Amino acid sequence: MATLGDLAKLVHSKNAGPFWLTIDIMFDDRDAYRRARDAEIVNRASIARVYGRNPSDIIVVNHDAALAIKVSFPRPQSSGSLRDSDVYGGQQYAPLLGLEVPA
Amino acid sequence: MASFPLVSATGMLGSGFRAESLDKAIALGARMIGCDAGSTDPGPGPLATGACMFSKAAVKRDTEIMMTRARKAGIPLVIGSAGTSGSDLGLAWMVEIVHEIAREQDLRFKLAVIHSELSREVVRRHLRDGRARALPPSPPLSEADIDAATHIVGMMGVEPIQQAFQAGAQIILAGRSSDTSIFAALPMLEGYAPAVVWHMAKILECGAAAVAVRTAPDSMMAVLHEDNFEVFPLREDYRCTPQSVASHTLYENADPFELKEPSGTLRTGNARYEAVSDRAVRVSGSEFAPDPEYTIKLEGVRRVGYSTILMGGVRDPYILAQIDGWLAQLDDSIRTRIRSTVGDRQYEIVTRVYGRDGVMGALEPQRAGVGGHEAFILWDVVSNSQELSRTIATSISHLAVHNPIAKWHGLISGVAFPFSPPEIDRGPVYEFHLNHVLVPESPTSLFRAEYEEV
Repeated sequence: MATLGDLAKLVHSKNAGPFWLTIDIMFDDRDAYRRARDAEIVNRASIARVYGRNPSDIIVVNHDAALAIKVSFPRPQSSGSLRDSDVYGGQQYAPLLGLEVPA
Repeated sequence: MASFPLVSATGMLGSGFRAESLDKAIALGARMIGCDAGSTDPGPGPLATGACMFSKAAVKRDTEIMMTRARKAGIPLVIGSAGTSGSDLGLAWMVEIVHEIAREQDLRFKLAVIHSELSREVVRRHLRDGRARALPPSPPLSEADIDAATHIVGMMGVEPIQQAFQAGAQIILAGRSSDTSIFAALPMLEGYAPAVVWHMAKILECGAAAVAVRTAPDSMMAVLHEDNFEVFPLREDYRCTPQSVASHTLYENADPFELKEPSGTLRTGNARYEAVSDRAVRVSGSEFAPDPEYTIKLEGVRRVGYSTILMGGVRDPYILAQIDGWLAQLDDSIRTRIRSTVGDRQYEIVTRVYGRDGVMGALEPQRAGVGGHEAFILWDVVSNSQELSRTIATSISHLAVHNPIAKWHGLISGVAFPFSPPEIDRGPVYEFHLNHVLVPESPTSLFRAEYEEV
């Protein structure tokens, strides 16, 4: 079975302002995008489980024109603050790469 | 039919672009050059200290190319969020660079400098007048938040920049600005539709970031029409595709279909992206919904304390196998020792274990110990004085090295320090603590402009 990491052309994370984190899962072919989107493996419940967040704080958007799935949620602490370990938020996507996408 | 061509020199002033790209944009009729110079991406440091995230040499190189081209072509130049943070210190640093270039290149122009730094008094007055709102996930603004702020900036919309255009400014240096306002101000003044202008500005603000494959930062051009715009790169080897341009609404936003501006929200959900050539894309169909309340987003920082860090590595498999317990025991020893040496003073020790959850902290799903054969530990001690933080850090280094485990009988040396002395003072450290908007008396009331004939 393929993983999100296998199917995506780029998965990256970044700050959306100092208080939010956003993750983009991008595909370069329509079939791979639809397969991942329609499998609904990236949704509020799965993101809440992986990252230990409250589902009601999570935004998941399927962006058909961009062939991308976008996930956003508030950071546990603001960028560059005392307990933060990732000022740019750039290394927070990794746990999603192993999510399995049914054929 | 009327059209408005404009160019974004690069996504971040100081990150570079090809001079030929700007020359080409001007040959194609660009009517203004814009460049975003700011970001909160590098964390609270730039706003706290006034320091730009790029070197003076890098910013001067980019600015000189823009200034000489803009003056020669007789078109305006707008630089927003000067000095990374847009604070008065960052803005003054940028003004000095512009003066230096003007002298060296013998350029003459009317300069507008628009301040965005807000005093605590101004913010407090807005709070007391019921003109402050919290953004998710933050609680309402408090007087204590305002008192603690060392620097506050307001993020301006198009109006202060438009005012500078109307005053005849040819080069505009703006403090903190929304990335889009830099590119939206002039076309909106000329009557182009807000929905088209805001979407164009969102794509241009990052320079060539919206091309399919970007190998280095460069310029990007757009041509506005009545109900659509085209966007294309200037480098021959770059191209925009409908997907690359659509993808750019994902960038730095929580929601790609709802992009907030001071005066309303750009809705891109129904936008159409069509290829008009192998490298240009036409965008149409976005909508702009004006908000009932005009709001200015605040950015503010407060000092958390003074930091001393300590770093070391662990290779002993017996320690690694019980790292959580070993660290808990160390924490106990540290607290006991600190109480006996400095008494009941406030301090915090943040321990990051790389190899376990150092990168992701609270977001890490695999927190059950160290996976590899070694771990790197970073201790960060923060208190209200550098001396106290250092005192605590020196105790940690000694206690950590000899922190025992049950397996070994006798004195161990359980941490490898790469440096001598192992403690490093970091000075004052800060955090962003304002995630709020103000409802200003007018769109320009918080921003003061100065004009000068250079």
